[in-house]
Formats: sequence, structure tokens, C-alpha cells
Amino acid sequence: MSAAPILAAFRQSLGEAWAGGAGALLPLGFLGGAAVLVPLGIGSDVETLKAVGPGIIWVALALASLVTLERIFQSDAEDGTLDLWLQTGAPVSAIAAAKTIAHWLSAGLPLALFSPLLALMFQAEASPDLLVNAGLYALGSLAFFFWGGVGAALSATVRRGGLLISLIALPLYVPTAIFGALAMSGGPGSAGAPLFLAASTLFACAVAPYAMAAALRLAAD
Amino acid sequence: MWSYFANPHKFLRLSDWLAPAFYSLGAACIAYGLWQGLWIVPKDEYQGGDIMRVMFVHVPAAWLAMASYSALAIASFVWFVWRHELADIAAKAIAPIGAVWTAICLSTGSIWGKPTWGTWWQWDDARMMSVLFLFFLFLGYMALRAAMDTRQKAARAGAILAMVGAINIPLIKFSVDLFTSLHQDASVITADGPKMAAVYLTPLLVSAIGHSLLFGGLVMTRMRTEIRERRIARLRSRELEAF
Repeated sequence: MSAAPILAAFRQSLGEAWAGGAGALLPLGFLGGAAVLVPLGIGSDVETLKAVGPGIIWVALALASLVTLERIFQSDAEDGTLDLWLQTGAPVSAIAAAKTIAHWLSAGLPLALFSPLLALMFQAEASPDLLVNAGLYALGSLAFFFWGGVGAALSATVRRGGLLISLIALPLYVPTAIFGALAMSGGPGSAGAPLFLAASTLFACAVAPYAMAAALRLAAD
Repeated sequence: MWSYFANPHKFLRLSDWLAPAFYSLGAACIAYGLWQGLWIVPKDEYQGGDIMRVMFVHVPAAWLAMASYSALAIASFVWFVWRHELADIAAKAIAPIGAVWTAICLSTGSIWGKPTWGTWWQWDDARMMSVLFLFFLFLGYMALRAAMDTRQKAARAGAILAMVGAINIPLIKFSVDLFTSLHQDASVITADGPKMAAVYLTPLLVSAIGHSLLFGGLVMTRMRTEIRERRIARLRSRELEAF
């Protein structure tokens, strides 16, 4: 077995994500658009915005993962690429993980790196904490992408699968959202929360690729 | 053991008398629980007065909600490993019934919560959140099955999702448990035995048995319907071939 098919899958997904002109700017625009709607919807009160800011960024990250993942396996299943992946002999779980990580690199990570700027827009104080939070967003969004990937693989052959992904993935996003919000709240119990966040992300990385592989074999049938 | 139960004919023969037995026993148990709960048991002022009588529906519904997801996950696992068709038929039958019990648990809980805790819903209550996400797992399972174009695909996709959900439940439970809870601590199953007075405990347990029997009966009836429907589809296609 060689690693070539896995690398090829990684490069293909990265290329797909960057193709279409805007590249990584498109998810960034999505996050920005979703986040800017919030102050318009709930009013511009400084204290309120400060309180909801971190949560809004988590929600925007979750939404961004759902939107970008809709086509990750669907186009492969439609044009026959998926059958070729399955014939290479490389572990399907590794190929699925490579594709998911490529999508996270082009949609999840840029959003997380961009988050301090958004936090400032939500009236957060400028402090090194914002950079720590950017790291937590990066860590948590990786779990979003892996669980979202399971939903995407399961609904790869379903038309309008995007709506289905969100229903499937929502309960799986819960631990990440809770640990992430807890880590940023600064309240009681927040000291250990980053470790729990890391643990739940590792759990997702360990389990999700196998579920994706089983679902992709089903999609290829 | 699985292979014995995997035979649809044996299942049909067994459920022919077992399902009615479950229905009648379950109805008797639920009737006893409701009669005790609504008229006999003294009201508990600490738990909100007469409204606490909803407990005899709320607590069994909560148990059934958890038990039905466990049953769904086990049936999915059995189908995924041994490919016994009856296990898939069971999983398909369990999902909507479990979703209904989960919804009953959520709605009766809200009705109980409003007068006693002053709120229909509390976002940082661990148990409410767990049950709500259980409800979403059921909905996602049913939506995924409905979206697949063949029976075989629906079974495989559903089994994968049910198993992924099952291994995530401890994590979801742990994460929401970090929140504080309005609910009292466990008072029926604890290390030093039940902490509840027997006058409440007996009707509660009888009621829970009744709900479980009703659940079993409903699942069996739905499974019988599904087996018959598949047989009809098979006969129809044979008829078409004969043309």
C-alpha cells in the first residue's frame, strides 16, 4: 500500500475548495455575513454583544462546516471518482480523513484565524485572550468538520443532502459547542474545558473516519 | 440465539399471541398506575402539589426514551454484523415509537416545570438537553432512512448513523452534565436503594412496566406490518413477472 492515493485525495479536495475564484475567501465571506446579521437582529447594545459574541462565532463555524461539506463526497459519488478511490486499495477511512482535513484547512482554519477581528467587532477587549480563543475555535471546528463529514458521507447519494447533514450532525456537534462555550465563559469549570474540547476533537478524529468509510462504501454500491 | 429470532415465521407465530398479551397487560398496568397516581396517592407539596401526579407519565416516558434508543442501537448493531433482516425491521419500527415517547417526556416535563420551577424550558439543564438531543437523533435517523432510495441502503445508512449516535451519547451526556441541573438527583435507582416513599414508588414502577409492555406491543405490531408489506411487494413483483 502506498500513500499516493491519500495524498491525491488531499490535493484534489484542496484544489476543489480553492477553485471557483474566491477560494478560502468565500467561507470567510459567509462567516462575516452571518455574524454581521446578528447585531442588526438583536440590537447594538455593547454588553449584549460582548456576551453573545463568542457563541455567535461558534454558530457561524458550525454553519460554515455544514455549507462547505455538502458537496465534499457528493460530487465524487456522482462522477465516479468515489469508485476509483475504493479501487486504489488505500484505506477508505484515510482518504475520507484527508479530504475532510483539506476542507477544514480551506474553510475552518481561515475562519478561526479570522475570529479575533470578529470578536473585536462584537466589542471584546483587545487582549492576548483573543488569540487563545482563535486556537480553541480552530480545535473545535476540526471536530465540526469530522462529524459533519459523517453526515456528508451518509447523504452523499441524497439529493438536497445539505438539509439532511444538518439534522444528522447537530446532536454530534453538542459536546464541542458546550466545551467551547465553557472554555470562553471564564466561569466555574472553565479551567479544564480546553482539555475536554481537545479530547472531544481527538475522539471525533478517531471515530469519524471509520463511519465515513462505511458510509462511502454504501454510497458506491 | 440471534439466528433463532431471525426467522420471520417464528417471529410471526410468537408475536401472534405475545403482542395482544403485551397490550392487555400494559393497559392494565398503565390504568393501575394512573388510578393510583391521580386519585389515591397523596399530593406532595414540595413537588408542586397536584401537578406532581404527572410523574407517573413523565418518569416512565423518560426511561422509555432512553431504552428505545438503546434498543435501536442494539438492533442496528445486530443487523450490521449478522445481517438478520428482522433486526433491521425492528430498528425501523422502533424509531418513530421512541421519538414519540421522547416527545411525551419533553412535553410532560415542560408542563411539570412551569408551575414548580417557573419555566417551560431551561437551556442549561442537563437532563432536558440530553433528552432534546435524543429526540434530534431519532429525527435524523428517520429522515436519513426516508431519504434513501432502496430498502438495503436505508438499512445500512440507518445502522451506521444509529451506531455513531450511540457511541456519542456518553460524550453528549458528559458534556451537558457539566451544566447545573434543576432536576433532583436520581431517587429510584441509587446505591442505597430507592429514596422514594413506597406509596409513590409502587405505582411508578407498575406504570413503567406498563409503558414498557405497550412499547413492546407497538414495536411487534409495526414489525408484523412491515413483514406483511414486504411480502405483498414480493408477491406483486412476482405477479408482474408472470405477465
